[in-house]
Amino acid sequence: MKKSITVTINGTKHTHDVEPRLLLIHYLREVVGLTGPHIGCETSICGACTVSVDGKAIKSCAMFAVQADGREILTIEGLSADGKLHPVQQAFWEEHGLQCGYCTPGMIMASKQLIERNPSPTESEIRHGLEGNLCRCTGYQHIVAAVKAAAAKMGA
Amino acid sequence: MIAQNFDYLTPVSLAEAFDLLNDPGAKVMAGGMSLIPMMKLRLAAPERVVDLRHVPGLNKIQQDGAMLRIGAMTTHHELESTPLVRAACPLLAQAAAAIGDVQVRNVGTIGGSIAHADPSADYPAALQALEAEIRIAHRGGERTVLAKDFFQDTFTTALEPNELIVEISVPLEAKCTGASYQKMLQPASGFAIVGIAARVSMDGGKVSMVRVGVTGLGGSSYRAANVEALLVGSEGSAADIGKAAAVVAEGIDANSDIHASAEYRAHLARVYTARALSAAIARAEAQ
Ligand SMILES: Cc1cc2nc3c(=O)[nH]c(=O)nc-3n(C[C@H](O)[C@H](O)[C@H](O)COP(=O)(O)OP(=O)(O)OC[C@H]3O[C@@H](n4cnc5c(N)ncnc54)[C@H](O)[C@@H]3O)c2cc1C
Ligand code: FES
Ligand code: FES
Repeated sequence: MKKSITVTINGTKHTHDVEPRLLLIHYLREVVGLTGPHIGCETSICGACTVSVDGKAIKSCAMFAVQADGREILTIEGLSADGKLHPVQQAFWEEHGLQCGYCTPGMIMASKQLIERNPSPTESEIRHGLEGNLCRCTGYQHIVAAVKAAAAKMGA
Repeated sequence: MIAQNFDYLTPVSLAEAFDLLNDPGAKVMAGGMSLIPMMKLRLAAPERVVDLRHVPGLNKIQQDGAMLRIGAMTTHHELESTPLVRAACPLLAQAAAAIGDVQVRNVGTIGGSIAHADPSADYPAALQALEAEIRIAHRGGERTVLAKDFFQDTFTTALEPNELIVEISVPLEAKCTGASYQKMLQPASGFAIVGIAARVSMDGGKVSMVRVGVTGLGGSSYRAANVEALLVGSEGSAADIGKAAAVVAEGIDANSDIHASAEYRAHLARVYTARALSAAIARAEAQ
């Protein structure tokens, strides 16, 4: 049986009837049309689908859309404001924290939470904090540099 | 991957949850971090999913005399980051922090993890070493089960079909006690190939209490009473630790899979038991 859900996504309320088995990632991409969050593995390993639900980074392929009813979701599309990139986005750009960009929406959402919880993370804390996000291109070096730069900028 | 269709139900009280679960096609969901992957693989295909998210009172962390009482819906992240848990029961905070990745820890719960009883899960080692009490409720009553009786076999616990875990109680650590959780992880999933939790109290230069919990080695977690018996009363020297850790895998039918053979797992268990005991003794002595 379909269920009606109301979800606030990037500040806008959305109401839809969805099958309970619809995964949140499929809801965001196919129903709402937000294709920023990516599907890398669909098995809760890679982190490409990471979005924030009520302020917490989660893997949206490991949550049903019905579980998000009444909650606030932030996706990569909601990060920039007034045409300005979020400091984490800006830092990924400046520090070359991406190559193909497939993992990037998830990396940025996870990095944003990491810095919110720990404003001046060490290299080891960054690497541990991003354990749930895989990148096939960068070798992580520039991602770590980007998170460091973003943390410095956000603390300033 | 798409799960089989199901109805999604959100009870707002325990009584309502028990009513909804009184149905063979219903399955309770906490964080969904084990259940949803199982449903996507169609290893689980419940007709009704009963989400406990709106049942109040299940995610409290409270100090009660000499015990710390933890609601079943407390997330791994809450356990690793709550100052009371970090101070009063660091072993549990350490085990919680060792689970998977931060996205999983933001959502997954202690109740869900122990109900699932994955033989490689992290909490069981800590809960065995802590001699935790697991409070289980059913419609019209409840009972308390000790960790050693709760974990029975691979994915098998003392839970009956219409029962829910509501709380886990662990002792507040005494001043002279040190603890450590040491885990060899499987890098893709983060699960433990073996994980050893040790608690040690020192008194007058001697080991006055020691508890060792083991996960990942056999079908179920267990308390290694044979290791404890060899170490208690000793000075806890490197030689004492080595002798005690040597017996941790004795009598256990060790798991064997693509990640580690039974022989290698048993070897890892001995090495990680020694490491966990050394770290726990060092912490106890530093108190
Ligand atoms: C990528 C990934 C990596 C992981 N790595 C690790 C790891 O390194 N170590 C580790 O230990 N775990 C790991 N896990 C598992 C994780 O810890 C899960 O959170 C946990 O096993 C299940 O908790 P949950 O709250 O999500 O439960 P759910 O998935 O909602 O439920 C699990 C089972 O428990 C039952 N259940 C839930 N709550 C209750 C209750 N209160 N009473 C009775 N039955 C209940 C459900 O019916 C179901 O059968 C990982 C998971 C993922 C997806
Ligand atoms: S697509 Fe969700 S974790 Fe890979
Ligand atoms: S930049 Fe290509 S996967 Fe990370």
